[in-house]
Amino acid sequence: MQKTFTQLENFGHSLRAPSYLIQPKSAEEIYSAFKLAKKLGLNVTARGAGRSYNDAALNGGGIALDMSAMDQFIKWDQATGQVRCEPGVTLEQLWQKVEPHGWWPPIVSGTMKTTLGGCLAANIHGKNNFKMGTIGEHVIEFTAVLPTGAEIVCTPKKNADLFFAMIGGYGMLGIFTSITLQMKRIHSGLLTVDAFPVQNLSRQLSGLQDGAPNYDYIVGWMDGLASGNSLGRGQIHAARYVHEGEDKNPRETMKIQNQILPPRIFGVFPKSLLHYFMSPFMNNFGTWGINTAKYIASLRKHTFQQPHAAFHFLLDYVPNWERSYGRSGLIQYQSFLPKETAEAAWTEMLKLSHKNRLPSYLGVTKRHRPDKFLLTHAVDGFSLAMDFKVTDASRAKLRAMLHDFDKIVLASGGRFYFAKNSETTAETALAFYGPETVAKYKKLKKRCDPNRLLESDLYRRVFGEKDER
Amino acid sequence: MRSFVSNSPTIAPATPLNPRRCGIIVGASEGMGAALAKKLAKEGFTLALIARQKDKLQTLCGEINSSLNETRALPYVHDVSNYHEVPDLLRMIVADLGGLDTIVFMAGVNYPPGGVDKYNFENDRKMIEINLIGGMAWLTPVAEMFQNAKAGQIVGIGSVAGDRGRIGNPGYNTSKAGLATYLEALRNRLTRHGVNVLTVKPGFVKTEMLKAAQGATPFAITPEKAADDIYKAMRKRRQSIYTASLWRWVMLIIQHVPSAIFRRMAF
Repeated sequence: MQKTFTQLENFGHSLRAPSYLIQPKSAEEIYSAFKLAKKLGLNVTARGAGRSYNDAALNGGGIALDMSAMDQFIKWDQATGQVRCEPGVTLEQLWQKVEPHGWWPPIVSGTMKTTLGGCLAANIHGKNNFKMGTIGEHVIEFTAVLPTGAEIVCTPKKNADLFFAMIGGYGMLGIFTSITLQMKRIHSGLLTVDAFPVQNLSRQLSGLQDGAPNYDYIVGWMDGLASGNSLGRGQIHAARYVHEGEDKNPRETMKIQNQILPPRIFGVFPKSLLHYFMSPFMNNFGTWGINTAKYIASLRKHTFQQPHAAFHFLLDYVPNWERSYGRSGLIQYQSFLPKETAEAAWTEMLKLSHKNRLPSYLGVTKRHRPDKFLLTHAVDGFSLAMDFKVTDASRAKLRAMLHDFDKIVLASGGRFYFAKNSETTAETALAFYGPETVAKYKKLKKRCDPNRLLESDLYRRVFGEKDER
Repeated sequence: MRSFVSNSPTIAPATPLNPRRCGIIVGASEGMGAALAKKLAKEGFTLALIARQKDKLQTLCGEINSSLNETRALPYVHDVSNYHEVPDLLRMIVADLGGLDTIVFMAGVNYPPGGVDKYNFENDRKMIEINLIGGMAWLTPVAEMFQNAKAGQIVGIGSVAGDRGRIGNPGYNTSKAGLATYLEALRNRLTRHGVNVLTVKPGFVKTEMLKAAQGATPFAITPEKAADDIYKAMRKRRQSIYTASLWRWVMLIIQHVPSAIFRRMAF
């Protein structure tokens, strides 16, 4: 089995972890990799597209299973909208497969580059979490290979304990080998989008809460630099599906070429170069200018129609945008708070970030509802994702601030999402999951992976037991 | 049977805001190696320290970890001439550290033949086996790793003694000249892959080894001073340094002494 020593990074380019990369093509090859790992005394982690902001797909010094070669569709039923595919299939492959037939993935992330295996491992949510839940709720069945070599089939009924633990389990119990998902029927390639400004945090949150029942998707942009009475101001985009019959020519709007994001601006300027021009603005002053201009532009309340891909995959709009954050990259801090405590907690956090002169350059808010997965990040409330630039000078201060944030979130009954936060400690994880949940997860871990072969840097950080290997 | 044991990875998790720089020092238990270990740990490195002498190694690690109040040095007992152990031990260390940014090959022995008319093949062979082949055994797999990772830094300890073959200690001269040439070749291979290769050529350093030296020991420096010089050169990603730096000029002259004169010198 070919293994190549390679430098791997997280999506934000803020972490590096050299690993032995193995590219399995089948369940048998995954099991061979487990056997090799055991022989060599190494740990294994699966890696999809490597789009996590933290260390979820990193395994420094160990084996990383690059799942991108397992990217085949096994079955696609146009009539029922059920698709069965390998875990390396990306959301991009998926929507391009199903959309021309009038279907759309029920849950998508802000980028289409992620793999379905990664989406399930993190149990991703979209801008419709309040309505459709996480991607796990649309999984009909998955198969997986465990480190013991056992190949298992899980549905919400069959092996239910593993179904609800492996989805959202960050690949630490076993590795998905096939995934069956239910698509959502659409009647147009377009969404009707309402855009309106919100003047402060309170209106931002009430905008999400009151708006959610009337829409299919809702998402807020937050200007992390606005302070005083404007603290938490921003813009909300809320979208509805176009109902049957409203789109006179759905075949046309659902064509892939009418969905994909244009590679050039004004038809001439290649967007792949855009991030170089963004770098000079990636500082407190530059971002203040951009955010203020963006907010002023958002003051006009308007309604427009937009293709699904353009509405959802904002993060793909500027390729390599994360490079504009410079050499040390960026990190994201996302907290999930109950609707009762969110405003007070985030007000305190935003003020703290201003006091430390470490404002978030991009803030995104969403509306959520709880789900029944074991390692769930969801609450009946909201989430706020904040991007922070990492520099050599700011590291220690930013770290201290994020630990203060953790305390505020824990005290407010909040939770965290392990596809995003990179500084969450084992103590914090134990505090928000509760000892019972962690014990349950570890019990399953012991059952599925008695030799502790599956470990990522994330696992060691938040679930690692010391002196046990 | 492996003579080394794995260390439980009890080191703090690396995060974007608390990154970990990882290094290996081969030959770390005393002298320059120990001084460099303390220096690098103080500067933020997490280190795998390799040496033959278990007790000294554990004492050093304990000292470093307690002074920094954090696990930053892990001990690995290994004899450099056990070449066959290297691949397994290296893999284990990189897994324990979670990566590797730097390796310093410091291990070296000096067995002078005991006079200009004395010859001792067994001693010469030991010096080649440890100073040169030991270096190649460690640096070859690391070079391959760094080439694939497109990053890293290799530090090798040569010697002013490697710059010319002299009458006093042919075996030592050869081992250090060989290592310097090997490092140069690695440098030429790896610079294009973003890897820095630093050759350090110390003059006289006040260590155990110096006690074996015969004759005058001019410009002798402390191991701590040598460690400071090495760290500075590592940070600047230099190619080659002498420590003390005065040796650069001394060796420039010595290297240019014509053989007709050099072979008649008592030096």
